[in-house]
Parts: sequence; C-alpha cells; structure tokens
Amino acid sequence: MHVIVNGRSTEIAAKRLDGLLGELDHEGNHVAVAVNDLVVPRARWSATELNSGDRIEIITPRQGG
Amino acid sequence: MIKFYDKEFSSRLLIGTALYPSPAIMQQAIRASGAEIVTVSLRREAAGGRAGNAFWSLISELGVTVLPNTAGCRSVREAVKTAELARELFGTTWIKLEVIGDDETLQPDAVGLVEAAQILIKDGFSVFPYCTEDLTVAQRLRDAGCRVIMPWAAPIGSARGIVNRDALKLLRARLPDVTLVVDAGLGAPSHAAEAMELGYDAVLLNTAVAKAGDPPEMAKAFRLAVEAGRAGFKAGLMGARDFASPSTPVVGTPFWHAVS
Repeated sequence: MHVIVNGRSTEIAAKRLDGLLGELDHEGNHVAVAVNDLVVPRARWSATELNSGDRIEIITPRQGG
Repeated sequence: MIKFYDKEFSSRLLIGTALYPSPAIMQQAIRASGAEIVTVSLRREAAGGRAGNAFWSLISELGVTVLPNTAGCRSVREAVKTAELARELFGTTWIKLEVIGDDETLQPDAVGLVEAAQILIKDGFSVFPYCTEDLTVAQRLRDAGCRVIMPWAAPIGSARGIVNRDALKLLRARLPDVTLVVDAGLGAPSHAAEAMELGYDAVLLNTAVAKAGDPPEMAKAFRLAVEAGRAGFKAGLMGARDFASPSTPVVGTPFWHAVS
C-alpha cells in the first residue's frame, strides 16, 4: 500500500498504524503520530487502520528555543 | 516564587535547548542556569532514527519542566496541529506558541497568533505566546485567555537586547496581572537584568548562552543577572534625573563660604 510518511511517498506492507511503526523501525521510540492531520494517541495505534494515500507524520522531541 | 499557569517555580530564567556545542555542554549549561523550565521542539523522525530518543533521555535526566514550541510554523493551521502533536508527545498542555510572519525578522504574525491562541485555549491548552511588544496584540492575547505573554526584546538570535524599552514598560504597566516574559533577542546578562528591572516576571533565552564561548559560565551569569534584576525591581528603583544631585552632604564642607 502506498502512503505518505513525513512527506515522502512510501510503500508499506502494514495495514495498521502499530504495524507501520514496527515496519519503519520506530518500536520503542518516543514518538507522536498524526494520520491525515489528526493526532492518534498511542492507545489507538493498534486499532487504527491505514488506507492508501494516508498522510502520516511521525514526530519526536528535538532541541528548541 | 513565580507561577506559570497552575505551576509554581523558583527560577525566573527559562532556557532553550538548541545550538549548544554538544549535548553534554547543553546539560551543564541548563544546570548552571538554574532554570526549571526548558523549551523543546518536535520534528519528523526518519525510519529507524533514534535522535529524538537520545535528546529526550538527556532532557529527562535534568528533571525539568518542558515547554514545547511551535517554532517554524507559519500558519494558524500548522501551529495548532503542531501543538496537538506536542501535547501527545510531551504529555503537557503547555505550548510556546510561535506563528512566524516574516522570514527576515522571524517576527510573529500578530493576526495568526491571536487566532491560534483562541483555538488552542478553547481546546484546553496553556498558551505561552511569543509576540512583539505591541500593546493591543498583547491585550487581545490576554482577552483570549493567555495568562502568560512573551514579547520579544529584539529578533530571535540577534543579541541586541531590549530595543523598544518604552513599549515593554507600557506592557508591564497595562498588563499587571499577566505573567510577562521577555523572550528572544537578549545577548548579555545585563539585558536580562534590565528586563527584570522593568518588572518583567521572567526571561527566556537560548542563543546567548548556547553560542557563548563558555555556555555553562554564561548560563550562570544570566542566572545571577536575573536574580539581581529581580531584587533591584523589588527594592524599588529611584527615578532618573536630568541633572546632578550631590550624594555627599553639602553642609559643613571644609572652607565652605570661606572664600569670597
């Protein structure tokens, strides 16, 4: 399935959000995720089904002023 | 003690986590600053990336309160979405709200800032808006429900110090119940002391410490300057005068009136 991850078009096998995070090697990472601009809380990752063309943002803490 | 929304702190210095020569120096500088609140940002993580985890463990070790920012956002929509991600990522309703309107000056977009603040406050956020020294914009932010407002001293990273002192004094006088923080543009400890002497509740800075020759020493210098400025404000500064007024008593001066 074809989705957009952090602005890049990406081919994935996963059908759900938790599977996608595993596939992209984010397991154990301190991340927040939005699908099509909506934040998906960690508790709902495994229940969130992905669709072709979904826009997914995977975000982590960074230095800031 | 100083209150930011419902939390009390003893330090009146807030510090950023960016631009330090190394992670270790960042930690040393933050510790030396005595700051209890640090600003952080959020960015995309590439597949397999661990940069976020590494940074987050450094911050967690410090035991500080984090204030996530929406740096880089140029629209209301981007800022609101970023704030929502920050709430999820950091588990806090606090957000340093930046809506940038101009790339040269990184000047806040006043209209977008007020609109974004209104949306976020309705959604339960505690908003720390980064704004200019404009009084009416600050009043709009207060009316929207911002209990903390953070006007710039000068453009971010410019190190120019307080450019519009009169306007910052006016903000302080007209917004007595708002927690006011001078944010951005400070370059020297004396600038921070000046802000505190004006009656500002706190200062927020980053580049002046991170880009100093010795960041931990500069952090300490800012800590002392903030404390000195605050003590000076509380002690009540005398007003300035146009001309001299002798400090040594005139009466009894030797040879007084002896020469004709």
